[in-house]
Amino acid sequence: MQVTEKKHAQEAHDDHGHGHELAHHFVSVEQQHDAGNLGMWMFLTTEVLFFGGLFAAYTIYRYKFEKVFEQASNILDPMLGAINTIVLIFSSVTMAFAVRSAQQGKSKAIVAWLGATIVFGGLFLGIKYFEWKHDAQLHVFPTSDFNWTWAREKHSEGEHGGHGHDSHGPELKGYIFNSPVVPANYVESDARNPEAKQAKLFFFLYFSMTSLHALHMVIGFGVMAVIMAYAWNGYYTANYYVPVESIGLYWHFVDLVWIFLFPLLYLLGAHLGAGH
Amino acid sequence: MSTIITSAPPASAGSKDPGHGGGVDYLNHETSIASWLLTLDHKRIGILYLVAMSAMFVLGGFYASLIRAELITPKGDLMSSDFYNKSFTAHGVIMVFFVLIPLVPASLGNFMLPLMIGAKDVAFPRLNLISWYVYMIGAGFTLVALIGGGVDSGWTFYTPLSTTYLNSNVLLTATGLFILGFSSILTGLNFIVTIHRMRCPGMDWFRMPLFVWALYATSVIQLLGTPVIAITLALVGVERLLGVGIFDPRLGGDPILYQHLFWFYSHPAVYIMILPPLGVTNELISTFSRKPIFGYSMMAGASLAIAIFSFIVWAHHMFTSGLSPYAAMFFSLLTFSVAIPSGIKVFTWLATLFRGSISFDSPMLYAYGFIGLFTIGGMTGLFLSTLGTDIHFHDTYFVVAHFHYVMVGGAIVGFMGGLHFIWPKMFGRMYPEFPARMSAILIFVGFNLTFFPQFLVGYLGMPRRYHEYPDEFQVLNVFSSAGATVLGVGYLLPLLYLPWSVFFGEKAGRNPWGATTLDWTHTESPPTPHNFEETPVVTGEPYKYDTLFNKESALAGH
Repeated sequence: MQVTEKKHAQEAHDDHGHGHELAHHFVSVEQQHDAGNLGMWMFLTTEVLFFGGLFAAYTIYRYKFEKVFEQASNILDPMLGAINTIVLIFSSVTMAFAVRSAQQGKSKAIVAWLGATIVFGGLFLGIKYFEWKHDAQLHVFPTSDFNWTWAREKHSEGEHGGHGHDSHGPELKGYIFNSPVVPANYVESDARNPEAKQAKLFFFLYFSMTSLHALHMVIGFGVMAVIMAYAWNGYYTANYYVPVESIGLYWHFVDLVWIFLFPLLYLLGAHLGAGH
Repeated sequence: MSTIITSAPPASAGSKDPGHGGGVDYLNHETSIASWLLTLDHKRIGILYLVAMSAMFVLGGFYASLIRAELITPKGDLMSSDFYNKSFTAHGVIMVFFVLIPLVPASLGNFMLPLMIGAKDVAFPRLNLISWYVYMIGAGFTLVALIGGGVDSGWTFYTPLSTTYLNSNVLLTATGLFILGFSSILTGLNFIVTIHRMRCPGMDWFRMPLFVWALYATSVIQLLGTPVIAITLALVGVERLLGVGIFDPRLGGDPILYQHLFWFYSHPAVYIMILPPLGVTNELISTFSRKPIFGYSMMAGASLAIAIFSFIVWAHHMFTSGLSPYAAMFFSLLTFSVAIPSGIKVFTWLATLFRGSISFDSPMLYAYGFIGLFTIGGMTGLFLSTLGTDIHFHDTYFVVAHFHYVMVGGAIVGFMGGLHFIWPKMFGRMYPEFPARMSAILIFVGFNLTFFPQFLVGYLGMPRRYHEYPDEFQVLNVFSSAGATVLGVGYLLPLLYLPWSVFFGEKAGRNPWGATTLDWTHTESPPTPHNFEETPVVTGEPYKYDTLFNKESALAGH
């Protein structure tokens, strides 16, 4: 890399003139921009490996317990997953516009596009909330609450238009989302069934991956809110917009993770089922 | 002496002129405690790390001394087996995660990297400070866990032992290490961006000092490996909390998966520990034999090769864990190939020494020790990568001796050499040479006395991690404990004379070693807050020495 020598300490010392645009230890605005950009890419590399541990675990158990993973995947609703995928892609589009606005130095447009991104992201999490609530009713949270016998029965009842909990005795409420309490004979049935443990692994992976993904989105919201506040005050210019670009990269990454999660978790059942 | 390096046209105006001696430097331009705790200066952050890690090193050493004291006699007469388990776990966790992994990059690397590449700071000074606080928070969690009852899983946290059977503070320790990982990631990220984007004009990749290459290779490993151990420890925590059997065979999980994920980080972590001291040693060997490193580009390439190989050999820790024989053969072969870049390094140093003008200053004494100990540590690694012999040696003291030769004989000795080398730059003062040489010799002798008997006792079959052993192993264990005492004295000396020298040492002058890299030729000792008054422009390779060098006149400031 050949750094041009024209800008120098001098500039760093009188940088009060253009405020925050050039930190003292950089030689030029370009250098600062390149550094911020590369830093974000490096951070995303670590994120790939962070999720990578979970993907590795998924791969191994998907290979070992193919049949149960197919059944477990079928419990999830691919339609909701597909809607969420589209919603998230829209949020990526609005994010791309936000970055474009930043490059053009349009502060108010940054705020508007980031706001739209948060709205789409919020819609995604809203749909996710109702999915998880439904999952709780089916008792697939991988805690002591988990019951595979119940989940399969209720799920097939749901598919055939039955009204699940009406036929099952007293309405006791469990601790997650007021889910119905599983009767003792279901617990026994699970204890005898080794597949229940394998299904629990699937749902553990499902919840840990999707909640880690959701956590990344929430962190993204926080950062976007801060950037919106700065942008509103005209902090970013066509010369200095590294934070906007960085949150853009981050958001596209989060989007991309979901693009992998959706088929692995939601479409797996259809994929494996198609061969039978 | 800096005929190959010229300065850019002077452009700094209005900045304080530091003058020579008694001027403004990074140590005295602000002196309040807040100015240290909130500093964004890479040099001060390096020193913050140095202080924190020294404290952790003393604590880890304390636990080591407990272990060696217990092992003087064959019977478990000093402590219970339970407390022994907690002691070696504490020793391992502290030394591996809080000392060895950040040791050279975070202290010496932080201090030297921007100076060596002609930058005013690392690319992200704020992240740099955050990484130190993250380190301290992680250390806080872990120390609370260790003091409040301890952990007895070993530093490896193997499942299902750690997730199902232990009632000790596994969760708290794992939380501490999870947090600590981000400190390592941030440092690695910062260094990579710094090396890519912050080099001064003319500082091509192949004009960088070799220490910078080593830091680069290390940072790549930190960046790629650490997130995996973070998610793995998170999974261990979730398994303990929720009772999900991700690694528990009773619940459908696979404990071998844990080992794969753990070693996918923890083997490369070994190279995080050893690569920076390898890099430091280049600077020492070159400076103190007054010759450029023989085969500069091979040396730089070997650092990168080690970083790449480090990621494809992890399963050699699992030869006895039920790995498929084909996978085991594959990993064995790959492990052997790590010896190639390591061998390149050792032979390159020897070729550099050959017909050099060799000195015996204390940093160089450490470097000589480093070459020998690292070679022994590396060669015995080949015993362990051989499938047949590993069955015998696995989990014996042979393994303990092997990795201590690399980790202590290599990493710590290399660090000590680097610290003595950089000390005059850090504080502008010389330490007293005689105790420094004494310390280097004591560490070398004490180290060998401690760990060479462990090769023998391990070869004879003594397993690691037991507080009792058969009577016939006692002689070798007594040797080992005696050596540990000598080693302890060797470590204690620098803790006395180095702080002393900060206040009372002889003034060092800009370049007491006659080194030729930017950090010595173009900055004051200690450097000014922004390192360089003028951005340097590099026009030649990093190592080029005057044949005649007079240390006395260098100390006088010429």
